[in-house]
Amino acid sequence: MDSGGITVAALMQQVLVGLSRTTILFIVSSGLSLVLGVLRIPNVAHGSLYMIGAFVTYSVASFFGQTTAGFIIALAVAPLVVAAVSLVLERGLLCHLYDREHLMLLLFTFAFTLVFGDLVKMIWGSDYRSLSAPAIVQGSFDLGGFPFPRYSLFLLVMGPLVALGLWLLTNKTKIGKIARAAAVDREMVDAIGIDVSKVFAAVFVIGCYLAGLGGALVAPTQNITQGMDHTIIIEAFLIVIIGGLGNIWGALLGAAIFGLTDAIGILIWPQFAIVFPYTAVVIVLLIRPRGLLKAIW
Amino acid sequence: MLRLRQIHTYYGLSHVLFGVSLEVRAGEIVCLLGRNGAGKSTTMRSIIGLTPPARGEVVFKGITCTGVKPFRMVRMGMGYVPDDRRVFADLTVAENLEIAFRKTGNTRWTMERVYEVFPALASISGRRAGFLSGGEQQMLTIARALMTNPDFLLLDEPTEGLAPLIVAELEKQIAGLRDAGLTVLLAEQNLEVALRLSDRCYIIDNGSIRFHGTSAEIRSNPDILDKYLCL
Repeated sequence: MDSGGITVAALMQQVLVGLSRTTILFIVSSGLSLVLGVLRIPNVAHGSLYMIGAFVTYSVASFFGQTTAGFIIALAVAPLVVAAVSLVLERGLLCHLYDREHLMLLLFTFAFTLVFGDLVKMIWGSDYRSLSAPAIVQGSFDLGGFPFPRYSLFLLVMGPLVALGLWLLTNKTKIGKIARAAAVDREMVDAIGIDVSKVFAAVFVIGCYLAGLGGALVAPTQNITQGMDHTIIIEAFLIVIIGGLGNIWGALLGAAIFGLTDAIGILIWPQFAIVFPYTAVVIVLLIRPRGLLKAIW
Repeated sequence: MLRLRQIHTYYGLSHVLFGVSLEVRAGEIVCLLGRNGAGKSTTMRSIIGLTPPARGEVVFKGITCTGVKPFRMVRMGMGYVPDDRRVFADLTVAENLEIAFRKTGNTRWTMERVYEVFPALASISGRRAGFLSGGEQQMLTIARALMTNPDFLLLDEPTEGLAPLIVAELEKQIAGLRDAGLTVLLAEQNLEVALRLSDRCYIIDNGSIRFHGTSAEIRSNPDILDKYLCL
């Protein structure tokens, strides 16, 4: 373990990289947390929707020749495609299963990870795909002697925007307020004249939209491949658990812990970097078994 | 306005209501009196549809609506105030009211009007409902039900667990609701409050209606009170 060579600039750079990773993790896990908190559904297929988001982004952007405009269109379209898929899933199947126990819902959504996995294989094949970042956010700029990718900076801007959007949605809109009420007492929401089933559909679609958005944003930063669904869903569940089940701001906190420990771990002990975020999860759960912020469950 | 015909309700396998029938006419306050566990709350839940009856009929405004979903009953003009003060604890007082608001042909209740009737709520409108006192929460559940603009209100034990002063205050407000044109079915254990407020009473025990009469009849009939209401 050699930490003698760590400079402040290198540390700063990794912190920024970690925070841009946090953005993706936050967007995906806040969607998971929203669905978990309001609908009480542990949606294992959330990671699959993220993967679909990435593949659709690839296809749409490629259709436009991977131009900047093409990427922007893809960024707008891909999450909507994912939202549409989730709407069909919710109205067609899930909405009939809300009264079932969690284990049933877990198995049901797990089944859909397999279905979606095969679907992606059928449409895109099993090859790797890669997408370059649009020209305006390509390359790096100099950060005290270290290169910092422009795309990471773009992610650092997107993260707070999504967080702000979610805050406005849950606190300032009627559907958001109803969703917060339904998270705690859905029966009573029904008894004040609100069609809870429609609220659930809306929240589910919004949550899945976030998975799609995460997939779209991550597309230029890594290989788009089968299996990216598994990695993200494990991370997202851990984040939601350490943040406090169903708490969106907990997801933000959890994502920051996960993203930062991962990035700094790479700096400190590259061969074992993957151990750092999981160790952080263990430590958080030892100290606060119910998560950092108030869990809705 | 509301008629129950021989409803039988179960919680899972346990049979709770055994052929309950009752009627509430427009403009009345009718009281459902009974001990703890007699079946008052279950009757209320059966009417609003939270625990739909397995047999029998719920007729509201001339329409048979047995097993209709609660939100549809509310949209037909039925307000529901549960017995356990289920305010949305994470939402503020104003938000609790806001999400319940439903416009109807003749919208009588708005946020302003509700605050007029419950001035105590106006001064704490920004506070989270989970931090309110029992009396404030009870007012909020009633106010919340009013925001759905009902013509008929199911009021389940509104005075339960409240201090006498607050009970008196609430009693005045409930009487005010009738004057505002609401029909009320009131479940109560508090005999005095119930008899003062209501026109007619049904006494329920072990899931069946045991007696039915005007409040005056019940007052002059201590045997019934002894038999069905004393602990």
